[in-house]
Amino acid sequence: MPIQYYIYLALALFSIGVIGVLVRKNAIIVFMCIELMLNAVNLLLVAFSKMHHGVAFAIDKASTVGIDGQLFVFFIMVVAAAEVSVGLAIIVMMYRNTHSVDVNFLNRLKN
Amino acid sequence: MNTTQILFWFLSGLALVSALMVLLSKNPIHSILWLILVFFSISGHYILLNAQFLAIVNLIVYAGAIMVLFLFVVMLMNLSKEKEDQKNVWMKLSGIIAGGCFLVSTCNVIFNAQVVSKELAGKTALLKEGSIGLIGPLGKALFNDYVVPFEISSVLFLSAMVGAVVIGKKD
Repeated sequence: MPIQYYIYLALALFSIGVIGVLVRKNAIIVFMCIELMLNAVNLLLVAFSKMHHGVAFAIDKASTVGIDGQLFVFFIMVVAAAEVSVGLAIIVMMYRNTHSVDVNFLNRLKN
Repeated sequence: MNTTQILFWFLSGLALVSALMVLLSKNPIHSILWLILVFFSISGHYILLNAQFLAIVNLIVYAGAIMVLFLFVVMLMNLSKEKEDQKNVWMKLSGIIAGGCFLVSTCNVIFNAQVVSKELAGKTALLKEGSIGLIGPLGKALFNDYVVPFEISSVLFLSAMVGAVVIGKKD
């Protein structure tokens, strides 16, 4: 599959995530759009790793060129899991204080 | 058009439609369910690219763990009845314009590389072949070249766990 199809798909998913972060006010949906952007980047990393692997695969079937991209995806997933746990704790604390998850209530740090 | 291409277009369309539905749903629980569908279609893309380990990890970690965490939080807060105010149309419009400008400008860069300067000619992602996505080669690379980041990520998890407990604690 030509690589530009994967680039366009990842760009579209990433842009949907950006629009969601800018448009929606519910903090949980903003957070989910961040996850969407991370997944678009993951998909693009895997596609690029397979693109580099395809060049080496034609010469040597046993080569491991391009494996770094897939390991980066693995570490991105690790960081995303840690980020979600802390972020959801922050959202729960915010709901406990303001009884709302609207991000417009957080326009000042005081109180 | 062979089976692989049909699967590629089907999974791409499914990912885009469900990503749009994440934005357009009024009910946060529906957004979460649509986002789970996005993760399933991205896992299908990984299987198509023969990255089987990442496909399974994506399903277990994202669709299995993270989304259940989101679902628990939404259900605990009882947010499903809450309505967002529709007054601020200009903010929404400016957000859509900003995101659309990003999409158009980046797509223009890729289109130039594809059509004008022909840098992407012949660059294809290898589908259904290649063994770098299997558990064996990934595990060898992870525990030979990436041992230190792997261990540091365990410290990151410990600090995230402590941080979540400290922040979420009722005081």
